[in-house]
Amino acid sequence: MTALSRREWLLSDQPKSRRQARLGQVYRTWLAFRSNWLAMVGLAIVLILILVAVLADVIAPFDPVIGGDLRTERFLPPLSEGHLFGTDDLARDIFSRIVHGSRLTLMVVVLVAVIATPIGLLVGTTSGYFGGWTDTVLMRVTDIFLAFPRLILALAFVAALGPGIENAIIAIAITSWPPYARLARAETLTIRDSDYISAARLQGASSARILWYHITPLCLSSVIIRVTLDMAGIILTAAGLGFLGLGAQPPQPEWGAMIASGRRFLIDQWWVATVPGIAIFIVSLGFNLLGDGLRDVLDPKARK
Amino acid sequence: MGEVMLSVESLGVTFTRGGDTVRAVRGVSFDVARGESFGIVGESGSGKSTVLRAICGLAPTSAGRIALGGQTLATPRPATFYRQVQMVFQDPYASLHPRHTVDKVLSEPLAIHGFSDREARIEQALADVGLGPSFRFRYPHQLSGGQRQRVAVARALILEPQILLLDEPTSALDASIQAEVLNLLDRLRAERGLTYLMVSHDLAVVAHMCERLIVMQHGLAVEELTRAALAAHRAETDYTRALLAASAGYTPATA
Amino acid sequence: MTTLLTVEDLRVTFPTRQGPSEVVRGVSFTLGRERLGIVGESGSGKSQTGRAILGLTPPPGKAMAKVLDFDGIDLRAASPATWRTLRGARMSMVMQDPKFSLNPVMTIGRQLMEALKFGATQPRSEAKARAIAMLEAVQIRDPERVFRAYPHELSGGMGQRAMIAMMLVTEPDLLIADEPTSALDVTVQVEVLRILDRLVAERGMGLIFISHDLRLVSSFCDRVLVMYAGRVVEELKASELKQAQHPYTRGLMNCLPQIEGGQRPLPVLERDAAWAR
Repeated sequence: MTALSRREWLLSDQPKSRRQARLGQVYRTWLAFRSNWLAMVGLAIVLILILVAVLADVIAPFDPVIGGDLRTERFLPPLSEGHLFGTDDLARDIFSRIVHGSRLTLMVVVLVAVIATPIGLLVGTTSGYFGGWTDTVLMRVTDIFLAFPRLILALAFVAALGPGIENAIIAIAITSWPPYARLARAETLTIRDSDYISAARLQGASSARILWYHITPLCLSSVIIRVTLDMAGIILTAAGLGFLGLGAQPPQPEWGAMIASGRRFLIDQWWVATVPGIAIFIVSLGFNLLGDGLRDVLDPKARK
Repeated sequence: MGEVMLSVESLGVTFTRGGDTVRAVRGVSFDVARGESFGIVGESGSGKSTVLRAICGLAPTSAGRIALGGQTLATPRPATFYRQVQMVFQDPYASLHPRHTVDKVLSEPLAIHGFSDREARIEQALADVGLGPSFRFRYPHQLSGGQRQRVAVARALILEPQILLLDEPTSALDASIQAEVLNLLDRLRAERGLTYLMVSHDLAVVAHMCERLIVMQHGLAVEELTRAALAAHRAETDYTRALLAASAGYTPATA
Repeated sequence: MTTLLTVEDLRVTFPTRQGPSEVVRGVSFTLGRERLGIVGESGSGKSQTGRAILGLTPPPGKAMAKVLDFDGIDLRAASPATWRTLRGARMSMVMQDPKFSLNPVMTIGRQLMEALKFGATQPRSEAKARAIAMLEAVQIRDPERVFRAYPHELSGGMGQRAMIAMMLVTEPDLLIADEPTSALDVTVQVEVLRILDRLVAERGMGLIFISHDLRLVSSFCDRVLVMYAGRVVEELKASELKQAQHPYTRGLMNCLPQIEGGQRPLPVLERDAAWAR
């Protein structure tokens, strides 16, 4: 199949199979997304993050945990021989630590998304669809979670569960679902009384079926957009917990923890804290740009 | 009148909204015979659509009795009810799920009721409403208003119900498309011996489609007419006469 | 009869991924102080014609015309300042749904006064008197209450009348009404039309009445333009609609069901590709 005919096949107004219809829809979204160059930059940053995390062992020239000669290789400045970003106080190669740290960052992002999104969706759609008592109870629980600043609540959870990157992830996930529940509930309220939901009810569809097949797909895009936009905040929270010593524990190469340990040398050896800071900044920016781009193509309300 | 298919007796529907109680329907009664087409005419707020929604359980019944084939309907409606009664909504732009293809829209009711020969049924349903197989995998946004309404009719008929509730099925469509959809509904009724209960604000549409009708105003049935009486403009009440006059077009004030 | 508006070869194009698409393709007509109806189905370009005359073609669409002349003013070259003196004051538009055209957080009275500010300069009390008088003129029984009311406190028919009052309070020479009664019940519809009718007769206003309802337009207007696929396929006197020549006009009339009973099945409009050419 030539490139042109494949394009025509995808953009056909008369798809011949379920697969063609779905792929065509995806392709159209992709075409819209592609025309937004900032979003493409965001996508590139996120893809590079994933690539670096997957290939960390290949890319990193040194071990991220075991340093070199403490007499000669401590605090080497950036662009020294063999050390692109220099070395830290324990003579560890900062570039290798950043590369390996991307795994931790990605793990935080993925796990929080996987835990918080379904909780938020489930609570929000259920609450919005059933209304009444269900709504009141679920929303008050959500309000309680919303009433605490996220970092403080995460701190409390970590203090209870014990420090460590896994507990930090659980703490962040537990504190980040309420806004998604709110969002999913608001979306559900606008579609709950629409004719196509009435039609589904008239076909005898159970409430669970309506929630899962009819309402959730419509809430999903706005929640995904929100989760993507929140990723920057989640990375920063994880870094903040790491910075406070409650997230990743030494010698794990977590970016926030790296800044924390580098701040002691900020005046003389600025690069030790600055390089992981830049890494956090770039990845956060990448997720924000991606989220903005997704909103433009997925959210019909934001469309011009 | 033949065997009574659907019977509504002094139906009342009351909504409570923020302390206010709205009596949308206040004691409406009518019987629809098997194979008959029955119309409800009224203006917005007359409660005509609420009657339909109450019959299929989408609106709460606060008084009266609705019976299907002589049996009083239970609330919530049993699953078998939906095999017998289906509804076509007013706005084809709002009644189809925006993320579902035609195929998905039509296979959903079959999946709910556990039909096995889905492929054949979907293709047959599309053919019945005059849409070819090329429409099967399209999304609603790839269809015109008339095509959407045909899909909505196909969805309602795929469970082979005996009664179709039609809530202003053509008021969102252009006149030429309205004619096509009305002809389609007419043909399907003749072919399958369906019973229609149709709601509309347009007297001409109801006169064309229904043998008998009631006129509703402020939640009350003010008059019951036959098609012949309507055609001859033999209306008893002032309100029906005003409706008849208004639907003839604009008449300069009688100065 | 004096000519108020001259439109010649009006074209409205919208860019699409497949290249520019022309939704109005060479519409020409003149309007005196009369009721002109524009009838067509959705997508016929009737609403875009109305918007283009007021310079309200939504971007990225573009409107072009050989002549677009309103009472001696060339609208094609009109500056934003000229438009401000024209719109509202001398030409205005009534939209289909009052819910979307009235500002929900301002009382009807304030919106009426706001409209007047752009017309003439006058003391507040006089403006209020004029606003109330206008509300009375559109058959609102309790104008003082409606003056203080917010749009959501009014029924659909009341809202539409308030909307018309707002458009007419400046006594424009030209009113473009785009489906002004489609959202209303038939009994209310007749009342609203009576108001428009009287304004044409008493104030010598020019009215362009855009609608999909051929029956309504033919009974209300003096002249009718029938549009199909961006073109005027037929122009005729409303009284001579029964003698329409074009198969589209005839098809459009025949496919309407009749209260008195008619053909069954209804005659279906067969579209001919040649009409769009």
